[in-house]
Amino acid sequence: MGKIEMTYKEAIREALAEEMERDENVYMLGEDIGIYKGAFGVSGDLYDRFGPERIMETPISETGFMGAAIGSAMTGMRPIAEIMFSDFLCVCYDMLVNQAPKLRYMLGGNHSVPMVMRTASGGGTGAAAQHSQSLEALLCHTPGLKVVIPSTPEDAKGLLKSSIRDNNPVMFLEQKLLYNTKGLVPEGEYTIPLGVADIKKEGSDCTIVTYGRMVHFCLGAAEKLAAEGINVEVIDLRTLYPMDKPCIIESVKKTKHCIIVHEAVKTGGLGGEIAATITESEAFNYLDAPIIRLASEDVPVPFCPILEKGVLPDEDKIIAAVKKTLA
Amino acid sequence: MKKKETVISKEFGLKLLSDMHRSRKFEEQVQKYFSLGMIHGTTHLGIGEEATAAGTVAGLEERDEIITTHRGHSQIVCKGVDVNLMMAEIFAKETGVCKGRGGSMHICDQAKGVWSGNGILGSAPPIACGIALTRKKKGEDKVTAVFFGDGSSNEGGCHEAMNLAAAWNLPVMFVCINNTYGMSTHISKVMKNTNISDRAAGYGMKAIDVDGNDVLAVYEAVKEARKYIGEGNGPVLVVEHSYRISGHSKSDGNLYRTKEEIAAWREKCPIKNFKAYLLENGIATEEELAQVEADATKALDDAVQFAIDSPYPSLDTVLDDVYAD
Repeated sequence: MGKIEMTYKEAIREALAEEMERDENVYMLGEDIGIYKGAFGVSGDLYDRFGPERIMETPISETGFMGAAIGSAMTGMRPIAEIMFSDFLCVCYDMLVNQAPKLRYMLGGNHSVPMVMRTASGGGTGAAAQHSQSLEALLCHTPGLKVVIPSTPEDAKGLLKSSIRDNNPVMFLEQKLLYNTKGLVPEGEYTIPLGVADIKKEGSDCTIVTYGRMVHFCLGAAEKLAAEGINVEVIDLRTLYPMDKPCIIESVKKTKHCIIVHEAVKTGGLGGEIAATITESEAFNYLDAPIIRLASEDVPVPFCPILEKGVLPDEDKIIAAVKKTLA
Repeated sequence: MKKKETVISKEFGLKLLSDMHRSRKFEEQVQKYFSLGMIHGTTHLGIGEEATAAGTVAGLEERDEIITTHRGHSQIVCKGVDVNLMMAEIFAKETGVCKGRGGSMHICDQAKGVWSGNGILGSAPPIACGIALTRKKKGEDKVTAVFFGDGSSNEGGCHEAMNLAAAWNLPVMFVCINNTYGMSTHISKVMKNTNISDRAAGYGMKAIDVDGNDVLAVYEAVKEARKYIGEGNGPVLVVEHSYRISGHSKSDGNLYRTKEEIAAWREKCPIKNFKAYLLENGIATEEELAQVEADATKALDDAVQFAIDSPYPSLDTVLDDVYAD
């Protein structure tokens, strides 16, 4: 199968269009996703192609339209709700935490809630602390939800198609700084299963577990380290819940060293969960050095670009951490 | 209860009475076995509000759907869900409608159009919009009735749902049971305008106020609202004014209201008044009324026995159904 180059945003749009063509029950709803084409332009020409009945422009009313997505999912539709910025998930947290993930279990397995909640996550845009957060840890702490965070156009398309076909509520965290990055995407139909990590670079000296935008920082660091003869393995989790724990454990057993890199703040972040997964497993006995977590400082995302960049992991910090663990 | 213009048949009159009796008996059984320690957790009873449930469900079409509140037993009983399975759920048994995973606040039965209760105030109305959206998209003539209280009417989700339903012309009936107390707080303390139906105009929506202790008045109001919605005119807010004789939940010490107030509302008991109406208008005999009550008593005694006799779920199944395949 050939591959064609496209942006992360275009890959998402292709997945949306293909799934809406495939299944008449799939529709989108969200703020300004129609004529405006979405705040980040993800919708593109979808409104022209599918019309206002399937690309539904909502009031600025996250609780209202997320609830509507849940109700329609319970009754046979497959809604894709777009939350403009992931920070706005907090406005409708009840729907995310008390409703969508709970209903199936609480109602004795009599219902399912097959829906996707797409949102633009992460910082680096100079939009300050209410438009820049990485809230995945809050979401992974909620049984009943699945949480997906793609780092490349190929993954974004394949994972989104799987998410739309999944019979559970899936939180799909798009990385807003990756929207315009390009990559090769397979031509034609393909899906990528949820819950399966991808080893973006194989290596033998140290495992780096990461996801989302930080994958690219880690790959950049890996390239520089390779020039110094240090061969790291980069695991892109791709799905945060359910997490591909065997992949992490096997890699750490091989490399005997591990650092974890994410953009979200450190305290209560998934880095702790990943580290605990390793220490609770047989891989703990293979470790030659303590696990290191690299994450944002525990601070609301600052506006000033120097400050914002300064609190996040970057290639230099990743390189230093790898060298420290190998020292 | 005033004599109605509408002449009702014996069959319909006894059906409404039966629904109210079954609702009342259901609550009384839950209250009894809760106090005996045989039902755990919490329950929210709606004794005194039976006419709102029976009248509303009667005014809907059978195919219509409902989503209820934390205080939804009566509405679900009236919708025809098997009381054995409801009671078993409240007793936390495997045979319960939710296999003992949900309890009192989450009873559902898809086949009967009951999309469950909801324990979070103000969250059911947005979900109701989604159910109605599916029906509209599929071209099905079904109305979604969502119940909420005067207290929940101040929740953001309630307002967002009203706006969305009106903007999208969704077949939703917002049914506000105004029992004047949000838990212990009287509406006059938390709303400058306590006339909840006034809010509908702000959303471009029709509203109807009705005496929620008069089962025929509720039936007629809901029937009118159902017709209006069914004709594609969009949502309607129906405010049914009633009173909760029972406490809010197990923790209620009735510190916020007087015995006299409760006694006065006992006099307005919807069941007592409807029985008098049926007799005074020659619709049914004393014997027939007694038989309806006896049948309801037996049905709920049987439901309790079914629940007691049912097994608890096995701990081996506790992780089932968190995710769908």
